[in-house]
Amino acid sequence: MVLLTRKIEFSASHLYHNPNLSAEENRRIFGKCNNPHGHGHNYTLEVTVSGEPDPVTGMVLDLKELKEILEREVMQRMDHRHLNYEVPELAGQIPTCENIAQVIWKLLEPRITQGKLHHVRLYESPDLFADCYRNGASRAGN
Amino acid sequence: MKNDALHVELGRRYHFAASHRLHTSQLSEEENCRVFGKCNNPYGHGHNYVLEVSLSGKIDPATGMIANLADLDAFVERHVLEEFDHHSLNEDVAAFSEKVPTTENLCIEIYRRLQQFPNAKLERVRIQETGNNSFEYAGDTEGNRS
Repeated sequence: MVLLTRKIEFSASHLYHNPNLSAEENRRIFGKCNNPHGHGHNYTLEVTVSGEPDPVTGMVLDLKELKEILEREVMQRMDHRHLNYEVPELAGQIPTCENIAQVIWKLLEPRITQGKLHHVRLYESPDLFADCYRNGASRAGN
Repeated sequence: MKNDALHVELGRRYHFAASHRLHTSQLSEEENCRVFGKCNNPYGHGHNYVLEVSLSGKIDPATGMIANLADLDAFVERHVLEEFDHHSLNEDVAAFSEKVPTTENLCIEIYRRLQQFPNAKLERVRIQETGNNSFEYAGDTEGNRS
């Protein structure tokens, strides 16, 4: 099995606020991420697909195709958007790295028909990220 | 696909600068020099270490988080960075008074400390000693017995 990874970057704004909590609790739990007008990040997304290289093309999947899937499913939805207000898949969820990574996984998985989605890593900053794997899958892919 | 079919981890990076010297009293001066090379130079040397901590657990629906970063940051600060950052690993960290402070051993020591974090499960620690060397430890699991 071979793992193939493609990286993209997008920029988006968000804020953390749970309407079921008081203003004070929101402030205590989320700190400055609760500032009412939001703030933004340059997100980096790494998407890893596992599979056997096709004997004819030598590819697990065509990178061009993966690039188009990422453009359609992630860039068009999230790039230069406000994640709280403009991405319906995140409605009702706090747009943390953990939740965004899961949403991205669910968007990508059915679209990847050659090979299998193996790993999604979403960086909110170089020092903060979330990893998503299928339950039970090992990091090495075997 | 349901969310519960996914395994999600939170990753956080920390930075600290520390010095060390690779030397063991179990070897002769000559052997130390042969085994550790310039890492055995008597006054030690330093690195900008990057510590990567991965945690798993249930994502709290109220916060969207596996663990609150403020809690994690405070824990790592208190249990690792305060003692390690801008210190000599050999002289200032009791765990390395006998043990050689290689980054392998550093991984194991930091893993041991962060395992006590109460709000999520520690999956692994990864330490970059330089941009070209990194080490990982995920506990006493298969293929990783200490």
